Amino acid sequence: MKLTLKIWRQENANVKGKMVTYPIDGIEGDMSFLEMLDVLNEELINKGDQPVEFDHDCREGICGACSLQINGEPHGPDKLVTTCQLHMRSFKDGDTIVIEPFRAKAFPVVKDLIVDRGSFDRIQQAGGYVSVNTSGNTIDANSIPVNKHDADDSFAAATCIGCGACVAACKNASAMLFTSAKVSQYALLPQGQVEATERVQNMVRQMDIEGFGNCSNTGACEIECPKGISLENIARMNREYMSATSKG
Amino acid sequence: MGGLIKSSVAKKFAMALSGLFLVLFLAQHFTINLTSVIAPDVFNELSHFMGTNFLVQAILQPVLIFGVVFHFIMGFVLEIHNRKARAVNYVNYNGSANSSWMSRNMIYSGAVILAFLALHFYDFWVPELIHKYVQSHPEDPARYYTETVAKFESPVRTGLYVISFIFLMLHLLHGFASSFQSVGWNNKYSKGIQGFTKAYAIIIPLGFIFIALYHYINNL
Repeated sequence: MKLTLKIWRQENANVKGKMVTYPIDGIEGDMSFLEMLDVLNEELINKGDQPVEFDHDCREGICGACSLQINGEPHGPDKLVTTCQLHMRSFKDGDTIVIEPFRAKAFPVVKDLIVDRGSFDRIQQAGGYVSVNTSGNTIDANSIPVNKHDADDSFAAATCIGCGACVAACKNASAMLFTSAKVSQYALLPQGQVEATERVQNMVRQMDIEGFGNCSNTGACEIECPKGISLENIARMNREYMSATSKG
Repeated sequence: MGGLIKSSVAKKFAMALSGLFLVLFLAQHFTINLTSVIAPDVFNELSHFMGTNFLVQAILQPVLIFGVVFHFIMGFVLEIHNRKARAVNYVNYNGSANSSWMSRNMIYSGAVILAFLALHFYDFWVPELIHKYVQSHPEDPARYYTETVAKFESPVRTGLYVISFIFLMLHLLHGFASSFQSVGWNNKYSKGIQGFTKAYAIIIPLGFIFIALYHYINNL
């Protein structure tokens, strides 16, 4: 498969970047998108050029490290997959593929296609946890009855891998889907009730401090999310937030 | 309280509530307008009531004006903030792959409706204020139908109204359903509500278009 790659190159956060075109040949349909970039980087290194920097870790679709805006969509054209699970059979011989970093003020470019998603960590640190007494009297979580429907919804919210595709897809670079998933996974469980009021307020406050946009309910985040996190979480977070705020 | 005003969730909540209020007003406005087609006498009676009733004039009208102004100002405030949230735009952004045109362009459909409101106020509200408070005419309960119908003699004005109602339809097709999500209402009834909001978003603007065209054709 012969392809033309248009890739965002940027030396560091302080300089302007630009799109650079690379022709590439010998790409197999069974290669993953990241393996295709590995092939390109080998060629660049052999020529003495700087390889294209991109984030990756598990390459199994579970860690949330890989990102990339591919032909205008986060994680590319396939649904419910991360970039590492996107395969080149989704493209045709002769295609031009435009590859950019996830764009948001809160995700500054570090180099080339790598962005700093530390803003997600700070939102998580602001309240995405439950305090558990580990002094030796810890109650087994399974001894607390949980409604099956709530447990399933909580688990579904907890499958968010924090990749940032929701922010990248949103026309407003909003982080509502990520934040709401992290709020929901605890809001639905009895263990999360103790800190529920502060959690949602603190996480929303941190989300706003980071400079993410507002939710316009376009639904783009849900469609592009590799884990299928539902918009219901955003509605739940809105309810939780207004209820917490009314309590003071 | 300061945190609440700054909060993105609270802003969207307030935006949704003002939107729902305006949707309710639209239904009331449409019902009265429809009587101009079915029963001009009833239209005159209702218009006279709305124009002279103390509760409507002193309380509901200021609340409505506040709702409209708030909705537009907040719309622009949110839009400016949203644009700042992505300082560098994508070279290639495929918005149609994951969202509707209406949902991505609420600010533009809203701006057209704002321009329409300026025309609508110039056509009806300003002359009404002049009639009542500047020229101090005595009350005439039979004048409303004739005055309204006369506005639709102009094909240009009728055309502008029709175009504006199409943009209103596009705005409502996303905005009405979206307001339920913003106030936290997303549950097993949401599919039904979405169906209702879509039907409302289509039927009400089409109804307004029908009324405008009916009077234009009657004037020919």
